[in-house]
Amino acid sequence: MSLPPFDRVVTDHAAVVLRVCRAMLPHYDAEDAAADAFLAALEAYPRLRPGSDIRAWLVTIAHRKAIDVTRRRSRQAVPVESLPDIPATAQLDLPDERLWTALRALPDKQRHAVAYHYLADLPYAQVAMIMEISEVAARRNAADGVRTLRNTFASAPSGASAPSSQERTP
Amino acid sequence: MNQLDRLLRGSFGADSAAVEQLRASLTRQATSAGLIDVAFRTVDTPVGVLLVASTPLGLVRVAYDREGHDTVLDTLAQEISPRILSAPEQLDQVARQLDDYFARRRRHFDLPLDLRLSRGFRATVLRFLSDVDYGRTVSYADVASAVGSPRAVRAVGTACATNPLPVLIPCHRVLRSDGTVGGYVGGPEAKRALLALERPS
Repeated sequence: MSLPPFDRVVTDHAAVVLRVCRAMLPHYDAEDAAADAFLAALEAYPRLRPGSDIRAWLVTIAHRKAIDVTRRRSRQAVPVESLPDIPATAQLDLPDERLWTALRALPDKQRHAVAYHYLADLPYAQVAMIMEISEVAARRNAADGVRTLRNTFASAPSGASAPSSQERTP
Repeated sequence: MNQLDRLLRGSFGADSAAVEQLRASLTRQATSAGLIDVAFRTVDTPVGVLLVASTPLGLVRVAYDREGHDTVLDTLAQEISPRILSAPEQLDQVARQLDDYFARRRRHFDLPLDLRLSRGFRATVLRFLSDVDYGRTVSYADVASAVGSPRAVRAVGTACATNPLPVLIPCHRVLRSDGTVGGYVGGPEAKRALLALERPS
């Protein structure tokens, strides 16, 4: 058993890594963090044990890159909230921007848990490892995050579509 | 399905333009950082889509479609390094020279080659073949004699069949003694096409 060509890793997981970074960072930072994550992964790749879960490994790297970016930003004078997410004209082209904004507004732990379980499709055991918390805490954070998002969208002004089911738990 | 449900089903936020940009950015940065051990691209030719791959030392692999490009990349990952990335610009020269060759604007390739994928007797055979000129042909028996192993005709055939750099190293110019075309890694049609290309028109 040996490692697949890295190019295939990019093909298989680029969308997931991008989604995860977008959940955690403003648009322009997200693209940079995703590229940084893949570059770091490429450098470390020959040392990865064959048979490892590559997606979980990539999401762990993306998690750390995103935290690095967030820490760098918080050390700067301007708070993240007042930075424009994307140029105003481009914002009109991104119909999903409301959900990204709502995701990024969640408390850190909830945001991470929702991103890693739902966007990266990782089981809670792995989410817990990446976040360095217990699996129970990971599940609770994800559930709390989803509940907040549902409430945000349930109270949306008319014109936004309503949730298609009434279930309370995801 | 609304946005939230798409999120919860994992189909949210996929954006092929962003993925392409990510790829381009990664390739650019990885090239600058010298992290790509094997760069590859594909080249459209009259003998099909060729996969071409290079290391910092030079062109290391040319593969026909029928060899299975995914399989070829898997083999390169094992034999050279898994740090393999599509990097079309790094192989621009190769693509251009192949285009020129097929357009009959070029008879000799002027590219550094990385010959690590063939060793021993096979490497000896391929070194000899590099000197067989455009438009000429030799027989498997000729080659066996020329490399000092006149009885190793079958081994010469195997060396040709396992040539990691077809088209560049002209194993297509090797025919059977009885004049029939013989085998070819790219298939008989490709071999005939290359021979016809090189014949004076």
